[in-house]
Amino acid sequence: MTEAIEPSPESAVGHIDEDAVVHERTGLAWLGGSVLDLLRAASAMYSVFVKTLYYSVRGVRRPGAVVQQMYAVGNQSLVFLCVVMGFIGMILVFQAGLQAKRVVPDLSLLGATFLELLVRDLAASISALMLATRVGAGIAAEIGSMVVTEQVDALRMCAADPIDYLIVPRFKASIVMTTVLVVLAAGVAFTTGMWTGYAFFDINPRTFVNVSMVDAGDLTIGLAKCVAYGAAIPVVSGYCGLSTFGGSEGVGWATTRAVVNSSLAVIILNFFISGAGFLIFG
Amino acid sequence: MMAHSVVSRALQPFASLGAFFLTTSEVVGGMGVMFGRIASRLVRLSFDRSELMKNLYKMGVKSVPIVVVTALFTGGIMVIQAAPLVQRYGAHGLLGWGAGFGTLREIGPLLTALMISGRVGANNTAELGTMVVTEQIDALRALAIDPISFLIVPRFIGIVTTLFLSTVFADALALFGAAYAGTGILGVEPMVFFNGLTSGLLGLGDVFHGLIKSVVFGIVIALASCQFGIATSGGAPGVGRAVNSTVVVSAAGIFVLDYIVSFAIG
Repeated sequence: MTEAIEPSPESAVGHIDEDAVVHERTGLAWLGGSVLDLLRAASAMYSVFVKTLYYSVRGVRRPGAVVQQMYAVGNQSLVFLCVVMGFIGMILVFQAGLQAKRVVPDLSLLGATFLELLVRDLAASISALMLATRVGAGIAAEIGSMVVTEQVDALRMCAADPIDYLIVPRFKASIVMTTVLVVLAAGVAFTTGMWTGYAFFDINPRTFVNVSMVDAGDLTIGLAKCVAYGAAIPVVSGYCGLSTFGGSEGVGWATTRAVVNSSLAVIILNFFISGAGFLIFG
Repeated sequence: MMAHSVVSRALQPFASLGAFFLTTSEVVGGMGVMFGRIASRLVRLSFDRSELMKNLYKMGVKSVPIVVVTALFTGGIMVIQAAPLVQRYGAHGLLGWGAGFGTLREIGPLLTALMISGRVGANNTAELGTMVVTEQIDALRALAIDPISFLIVPRFIGIVTTLFLSTVFADALALFGAAYAGTGILGVEPMVFFNGLTSGLLGLGDVFHGLIKSVVFGIVIALASCQFGIATSGGAPGVGRAVNSTVVVSAAGIFVLDYIVSFAIG
């Protein structure tokens, strides 16, 4: 089982795990090989994305599939996300207050600035990073185990495209639930931040809750991020799950790749959406 | 029968709350016991040196590309987020300070830890989990080799060292990315950015604040990934589940400890 197992032609696309490369490439060969692997992975991911979009419109609708995935993506991430975002709210206000005191003695705008940052970036991006770990790993582990136990091949035998059957419900559920969870996460983080401001810096909650700095541009950027992350996570990790090969070791690798690639996707999307948002809304 | 099901449904929230606490204490307890075992081997210096070198290469050197990409983009994001505030108050000289304090104290260690947890921690669990389900750990025990000092301690040292060094690296690269994003977006010269960074508002204390955190995060990631890897059961799906729990517990542990450490060292 520990021998390197040749991937099937289908799973060979975008197989980018360095540990499984048989001989080490050096110098220019390494650089070229990595670029080629990256391009292959990107094109395979793009084709999964296009197929997902196609089947979202034209595919077979199975009643309950999306709702079931919404439960798995949304409800089961609720506690984890609330804990993480609650702590994030406390940490950020604590650190920002501590630093801001060195420059300006007046902390009355801390709440407004914090809320603007939450809406525009932090709520969506940090929640998405957490969902990329939790949901992304879950999707890849589930689909990966289905691949190595040949359930996906059985699906193909039944003329059901695994993308239509497995990824599309997760895709739809993830877009909706990411948005819902991000709104909730922003609320949790702001509440704990408000409490921290009150407990450590004596900021009155009435002063802290100040929406004057949040404008339509911030809301648009925040929502665009929710939708983009919600779409990216299931596609990237679903692709990683489908390209699993080689038994239980393969499932582990697929899950690892799903977490890393979907986190990277979130960070890179964040960079471009934030940049575009700054250029458009200023 | 009817009454029974009504009662059990009414008690359902309490049952799941109790189950949640039991699982949490099981995880925390397991990690604590694992830490004790690792510490006892560390004190006696009984671990496999060649395995340590192999793991340092596999975890540290091979993670460099991901750390580079994450850090450069993170620096850019920090500046883009600060840009409207900087423009509103015309505080171009403070950009270096703002990006520097955010990066060095929080975002640098945090994002590096999340990426290392995804790449190294998850990979480590997958590897140990595969060894467990293919009975390689039992084979080690049968050969009278202590799996903790042969497998776990080198991985523990590897993860903590990797995360510490990656954070140093990522801090520098993120500031580099931020300086050039500042030039591109706000027209702040890199020299002005550098002056804002070194003008006295930030000190070595802020750098060490982040580095202390990175060591704590490294310990959490190492404990979670080794614990879940060793406790894997149930074939290929079991390995997937173990990896999933590792990343979730590592992430939650990172954020909770981030708060406690930030608060404790001020």
